[in-house]
Amino acid sequence: MKFIKNYLVLFVLSCALFIGCKPKDSDIKSQIEQALQANLETSGINVQVTDGVATLSGEVKDQQARDKAGTLAADAKGVKSVDNQVTVTPPVVEAPVQINPDEALVQGVKDATKDFPTVTANVNDGVITLTGDVKRSDLKNLMMSLNTLKPKKIDNQLTIK
Amino acid sequence: MSLQDKYKQLIDAATTSGVSNLQVREQDNVLYIDGSAPDGATKDKLWDIYAQLDPDYRAGDLILNVDVSASAGTKAKVTTESTNLNIRKGPGTDQPIVGKAAHNEIVTLQSKTNDQWWLIKTDAGEEGYAYAQYLSPQ
Repeated sequence: MKFIKNYLVLFVLSCALFIGCKPKDSDIKSQIEQALQANLETSGINVQVTDGVATLSGEVKDQQARDKAGTLAADAKGVKSVDNQVTVTPPVVEAPVQINPDEALVQGVKDATKDFPTVTANVNDGVITLTGDVKRSDLKNLMMSLNTLKPKKIDNQLTIK
Repeated sequence: MSLQDKYKQLIDAATTSGVSNLQVREQDNVLYIDGSAPDGATKDKLWDIYAQLDPDYRAGDLILNVDVSASAGTKAKVTTESTNLNIRKGPGTDQPIVGKAAHNEIVTLQSKTNDQWWLIKTDAGEEGYAYAQYLSPQ
Protein backbone atom coordinates (compact mmCIF):
# COMPACT_ATOMS: atom_id res chain seq x y z
CA MET A 1 0.00 0.00 0.00
CA LYS A 2 2.76 2.41 0.98
CA PHE A 3 4.42 1.77 -2.33
CA ILE A 4 1.22 2.70 -4.22
CA LYS A 5 0.77 5.84 -2.12
CA ASN A 6 4.30 6.99 -2.93
CA TYR A 7 3.72 6.27 -6.56
CA LEU A 8 0.52 8.37 -6.49
CA VAL A 9 2.37 11.32 -4.92
CA LEU A 10 5.01 11.09 -7.58
CA PHE A 11 2.34 10.97 -10.27
CA VAL A 12 0.56 14.06 -8.91
CA LEU A 13 3.88 15.89 -8.61
CA SER A 14 4.89 15.06 -12.15
CA CYS A 15 1.51 16.26 -13.42
CA ALA A 16 1.97 19.55 -11.58
CA LEU A 17 5.47 19.85 -13.05
CA PHE A 18 4.22 19.14 -16.53
CA ILE A 19 1.52 21.80 -16.28
CA GLY A 20 4.08 24.21 -14.92
CA CYS A 21 6.24 23.67 -17.99
CA LYS A 22 3.44 24.39 -20.45
CA PRO A 23 3.93 27.93 -21.90
CA LYS A 24 1.33 30.45 -20.78
CA ASP A 25 -0.97 31.96 -23.42
CA SER A 26 0.38 35.44 -22.67
CA ASP A 27 3.95 34.25 -23.31
CA ILE A 28 2.94 32.68 -26.61
CA LYS A 29 1.17 35.90 -27.56
CA SER A 30 4.18 38.12 -26.92
CA GLN A 31 6.43 35.64 -28.72
CA ILE A 32 4.23 35.76 -31.85
CA GLU A 33 3.85 39.52 -31.65
CA GLN A 34 7.60 39.94 -31.56
CA ALA A 35 8.01 37.75 -34.64
CA LEU A 36 5.29 39.61 -36.57
CA GLN A 37 6.62 43.04 -35.65
CA ALA A 38 10.06 42.14 -36.96
CA ASN A 39 8.59 42.25 -40.49
CA LEU A 40 7.08 45.43 -41.88
CA GLU A 41 4.42 43.64 -43.92
CA THR A 42 3.10 41.66 -40.91
CA SER A 43 3.61 44.31 -38.23
CA GLY A 44 -0.01 45.48 -38.18
CA ILE A 45 -1.52 42.08 -37.34
CA ASN A 46 -3.36 41.45 -34.04
CA VAL A 47 -2.77 38.28 -32.01
CA GLN A 48 -5.01 36.53 -29.48
CA VAL A 49 -4.03 33.24 -27.78
CA THR A 50 -6.52 31.03 -25.92
CA ASP A 51 -5.51 27.60 -24.62
CA GLY A 52 -2.61 27.50 -27.05
CA VAL A 53 -4.70 28.40 -30.09
CA ALA A 54 -3.41 31.56 -31.78
CA THR A 55 -5.93 33.70 -33.66
CA LEU A 56 -4.51 36.24 -36.11
CA SER A 57 -6.58 39.17 -37.41
CA GLY A 58 -6.05 42.37 -39.36
CA GLU A 59 -5.16 43.39 -42.90
CA VAL A 60 -2.09 42.84 -45.05
CA LYS A 61 -1.34 43.87 -48.63
CA ASP A 62 -0.79 40.44 -50.19
CA GLN A 63 -1.27 36.68 -49.74
CA GLN A 64 2.45 36.19 -49.17
CA ALA A 65 2.34 38.37 -46.06
CA ARG A 66 -0.73 36.48 -44.80
CA ASP A 67 1.00 33.10 -45.24
CA LYS A 68 4.14 34.40 -43.59
CA ALA A 69 2.15 35.54 -40.55
CA GLY A 70 0.60 32.07 -40.29
CA THR A 71 4.01 30.38 -40.44
CA LEU A 72 5.55 32.75 -37.88
CA ALA A 73 2.67 32.10 -35.47
CA ALA A 74 2.85 28.31 -35.94
CA ASP A 75 6.59 28.36 -35.22
CA ALA A 76 6.07 29.95 -31.80
CA LYS A 77 6.80 27.58 -28.90
CA GLY A 78 3.68 26.09 -27.31
CA VAL A 79 1.25 26.90 -30.12
CA LYS A 80 -1.23 24.08 -30.73
CA SER A 81 -2.84 25.54 -33.81
CA VAL A 82 -3.25 28.82 -35.71
CA ASP A 83 -6.55 30.35 -36.79
CA ASN A 84 -5.46 32.74 -39.54
CA GLN A 85 -8.24 35.33 -40.02
CA VAL A 86 -5.98 37.93 -41.62
CA THR A 87 -7.55 39.48 -44.75
CA VAL A 88 -5.69 40.55 -47.88
CA THR A 89 -6.37 44.12 -49.06
CA PRO A 90 -4.26 45.13 -52.05
CA PRO A 91 -3.09 48.77 -51.86
CA VAL A 92 -4.81 51.28 -54.14
CA VAL A 93 -2.39 52.13 -56.93
CA GLU A 94 -2.28 55.88 -57.53
CA ALA A 95 -2.45 56.85 -61.17
CA PRO A 96 0.66 58.77 -62.22
CA VAL A 97 0.23 62.49 -62.88
CA GLN A 98 -0.59 63.13 -66.52
CA ILE A 99 1.75 65.69 -68.08
CA ASN A 100 0.73 67.16 -71.43
CA PRO A 101 3.19 66.87 -74.34
CA ASP A 102 5.11 70.02 -75.27
CA GLU A 103 3.07 70.63 -78.47
CA ALA A 104 -0.16 70.84 -76.45
CA LEU A 105 1.54 73.01 -73.83
CA VAL A 106 2.90 75.42 -76.46
CA GLN A 107 -0.62 75.91 -77.88
CA GLY A 108 -2.10 76.27 -74.39
CA VAL A 109 0.55 78.75 -73.29
CA LYS A 110 -0.07 80.83 -76.40
CA ASP A 111 -3.78 81.12 -75.53
CA ALA A 112 -3.10 81.78 -71.84
CA THR A 113 -0.58 84.57 -72.44
CA LYS A 114 -2.42 86.25 -75.33
CA ASP A 115 -3.68 89.05 -73.09
CA PHE A 116 -0.29 89.51 -71.41
CA PRO A 117 2.04 90.73 -74.19
CA THR A 118 4.90 91.54 -71.79
CA VAL A 119 5.07 87.91 -70.64
CA THR A 120 7.26 85.40 -72.48
CA ALA A 121 6.59 81.73 -71.87
CA ASN A 122 8.90 78.96 -73.04
CA VAL A 123 8.05 75.28 -72.93
CA ASN A 124 10.72 72.63 -72.61
CA ASP A 125 10.22 69.03 -71.53
CA GLY A 126 6.92 69.86 -69.80
CA VAL A 127 8.33 72.84 -67.89
CA ILE A 128 6.84 76.29 -68.55
CA THR A 129 9.38 79.05 -67.89
CA LEU A 130 7.99 82.56 -67.54
CA THR A 131 10.14 85.64 -68.18
CA GLY A 132 9.40 89.30 -68.82
CA ASP A 133 7.14 91.32 -66.57
CA VAL A 134 3.58 91.27 -65.32
CA LYS A 135 1.30 93.52 -63.31
CA ARG A 136 0.75 92.21 -59.78
CA SER A 137 -3.02 92.28 -60.37
CA ASP A 138 -2.63 90.00 -63.43
CA LEU A 139 -0.29 87.42 -61.89
CA LYS A 140 -2.98 85.29 -60.23
CA ASN A 141 -5.12 85.12 -63.39
CA LEU A 142 -2.13 84.18 -65.51
CA MET A 143 -1.03 81.46 -63.07
CA MET A 144 -4.60 80.11 -62.81
CA SER A 145 -4.71 79.67 -66.61
CA LEU A 146 -1.27 78.07 -66.83
CA ASN A 147 -1.99 75.64 -63.99
CA THR A 148 -4.88 74.10 -65.96
CA LEU A 149 -2.58 73.12 -68.86
CA LYS A 150 -1.14 70.05 -67.07
CA PRO A 151 2.51 71.08 -67.22
CA LYS A 152 5.23 69.30 -65.27
CA LYS A 153 6.09 72.50 -63.43
CA ILE A 154 5.99 76.27 -63.82
CA ASP A 155 9.19 78.22 -63.32
CA ASN A 156 8.10 81.78 -62.57
CA GLN A 157 10.97 84.22 -63.27
CA LEU A 158 8.66 87.16 -63.97
CA THR A 159 9.41 90.63 -62.73
CA ILE A 160 6.30 91.73 -60.89
CA LYS A 161 5.36 95.39 -61.33
CA MET B 1 9.82 69.66 -44.99
CA SER B 2 7.80 67.60 -47.44
CA LEU B 3 5.58 69.33 -49.99
CA GLN B 4 2.46 67.86 -48.40
CA ASP B 5 3.51 69.56 -45.14
CA LYS B 6 4.30 72.86 -46.85
CA TYR B 7 0.88 72.92 -48.55
CA LYS B 8 -1.03 71.22 -45.71
CA GLN B 9 -3.25 74.27 -45.14
CA LEU B 10 -4.21 74.24 -48.83
CA ILE B 11 -4.89 70.49 -48.91
CA ASP B 12 -6.98 70.76 -45.73
CA ALA B 13 -8.97 73.68 -47.18
CA ALA B 14 -9.64 71.74 -50.39
CA THR B 15 -10.83 68.74 -48.38
CA THR B 16 -13.13 70.69 -46.06
CA SER B 17 -14.58 73.03 -48.69
CA GLY B 18 -16.03 70.21 -50.75
CA VAL B 19 -13.63 69.93 -53.70
CA SER B 20 -14.71 66.77 -55.53
CA ASN B 21 -12.44 64.24 -57.26
CA LEU B 22 -9.64 65.65 -55.14
CA GLN B 23 -6.25 64.14 -55.95
CA VAL B 24 -3.04 65.05 -54.15
CA ARG B 25 0.03 63.49 -55.74
CA GLU B 26 3.74 64.10 -55.53
CA GLN B 27 6.00 63.35 -58.47
CA ASP B 28 9.60 64.47 -59.11
CA ASN B 29 9.53 67.06 -56.30
CA VAL B 30 6.35 68.72 -57.56
CA LEU B 31 3.01 68.47 -55.78
CA TYR B 32 -0.06 68.14 -58.02
CA ILE B 33 -3.46 69.02 -56.58
CA ASP B 34 -6.39 68.31 -58.91
CA GLY B 35 -10.11 68.54 -58.35
CA SER B 36 -13.38 70.38 -58.97
CA ALA B 37 -14.41 73.21 -56.66
CA PRO B 38 -18.14 73.63 -55.96
CA ASP B 39 -17.96 77.34 -56.91
CA GLY B 40 -15.67 80.15 -58.03
CA ALA B 41 -15.32 81.55 -54.50
CA THR B 42 -13.84 78.25 -53.30
CA LYS B 43 -11.33 78.23 -56.16
CA ASP B 44 -10.35 81.82 -55.33
CA LYS B 45 -9.93 80.95 -51.67
CA LEU B 46 -7.58 78.07 -52.55
CA TRP B 47 -5.51 80.37 -54.76
CA ASP B 48 -5.27 82.93 -51.94
CA ILE B 49 -3.94 80.23 -49.61
CA TYR B 50 -1.46 79.16 -52.33
CA ALA B 51 -0.21 82.78 -52.54
CA GLN B 52 0.25 82.91 -48.76
CA LEU B 53 2.25 79.68 -48.64
CA ASP B 54 4.34 80.48 -51.73
CA PRO B 55 4.43 84.26 -52.26
CA ASP B 56 4.23 85.22 -55.98
CA TYR B 57 4.22 81.50 -56.90
CA ARG B 58 7.99 81.41 -57.13
CA ALA B 59 8.90 77.96 -55.80
CA GLY B 60 7.75 75.97 -58.83
CA ASP B 61 6.80 73.03 -56.62
CA LEU B 62 3.00 73.03 -56.98
CA ILE B 63 0.54 72.63 -59.85
CA LEU B 64 -2.90 73.62 -58.55
CA ASN B 65 -5.39 72.46 -61.18
CA VAL B 66 -8.78 73.02 -59.58
CA ASP B 67 -11.62 73.91 -61.93
CA VAL B 68 -15.15 74.97 -61.03
CA SER B 69 -17.73 72.27 -61.52
CA ALA B 70 -20.41 73.46 -63.94
CA SER B 71 -22.69 71.43 -66.16
CA ALA B 72 -24.43 72.32 -69.42
CA GLY B 73 -27.08 74.99 -68.88
CA THR B 74 -25.17 76.68 -66.05
CA LYS B 75 -25.09 80.47 -66.23
CA ALA B 76 -21.65 82.06 -66.19
CA LYS B 77 -20.58 85.68 -65.77
CA VAL B 78 -17.97 87.22 -68.05
CA THR B 79 -15.17 88.24 -65.70
CA THR B 80 -12.70 89.99 -67.97
CA GLU B 81 -10.94 92.97 -66.43
CA SER B 82 -13.02 95.44 -68.44
CA THR B 83 -13.02 94.38 -72.09
CA ASN B 84 -15.33 92.19 -74.16
CA LEU B 85 -14.73 88.46 -74.26
CA ASN B 86 -14.09 86.98 -77.69
CA ILE B 87 -16.33 84.14 -78.82
CA ARG B 88 -14.49 81.97 -81.33
CA LYS B 89 -15.37 79.40 -83.95
CA GLY B 90 -13.12 76.78 -82.36
CA PRO B 91 -11.17 76.23 -79.13
CA GLY B 92 -7.99 78.29 -79.68
CA THR B 93 -6.86 81.90 -80.06
CA ASP B 94 -5.96 81.09 -83.69
CA GLN B 95 -9.65 80.50 -84.42
CA PRO B 96 -11.75 83.27 -86.03
CA ILE B 97 -13.85 85.47 -83.75
CA VAL B 98 -17.58 84.88 -84.31
CA GLY B 99 -18.96 87.09 -81.56
CA LYS B 100 -18.36 89.04 -78.35
CA ALA B 101 -19.72 88.84 -74.82
CA ALA B 102 -19.61 92.05 -72.80
CA HIS B 103 -17.80 92.45 -69.46
CA ASN B 104 -20.16 91.21 -66.68
CA GLU B 105 -22.61 89.71 -69.22
CA ILE B 106 -24.30 86.45 -68.23
CA VAL B 107 -23.88 83.62 -70.76
CA THR B 108 -25.00 79.97 -70.78
CA LEU B 109 -22.54 77.10 -70.70
CA GLN B 110 -23.20 74.54 -73.46
CA SER B 111 -20.30 72.19 -72.81
CA LYS B 112 -16.76 72.10 -71.48
CA THR B 113 -14.41 71.28 -74.35
CA ASN B 114 -11.44 71.16 -71.98
CA ASP B 115 -10.16 73.04 -68.93
CA GLN B 116 -9.31 76.07 -71.09
CA TRP B 117 -12.16 76.38 -73.61
CA TRP B 118 -15.90 76.25 -73.00
CA LEU B 119 -18.67 76.29 -75.60
CA ILE B 120 -21.06 79.07 -74.59
CA LYS B 121 -24.18 80.80 -75.88
CA THR B 122 -25.14 84.42 -75.29
CA ASP B 123 -28.72 85.61 -74.69
CA ALA B 124 -28.48 87.20 -78.17
CA GLY B 125 -28.00 83.71 -79.60
CA GLU B 126 -24.29 83.89 -80.41
CA GLU B 127 -22.62 80.55 -79.85
CA GLY B 128 -18.95 79.65 -79.80
CA TYR B 129 -15.86 78.97 -77.72
CA ALA B 130 -14.65 81.29 -74.97
CA TYR B 131 -11.62 81.17 -72.69
CA ALA B 132 -12.74 79.58 -69.40
CA GLN B 133 -10.46 81.72 -67.24
CA TYR B 134 -12.79 84.66 -67.93
CA LEU B 135 -16.02 82.80 -67.10
CA SER B 136 -17.32 82.44 -63.55
CA PRO B 137 -20.12 79.90 -63.14
CA GLN B 138 -22.95 81.39 -61.09
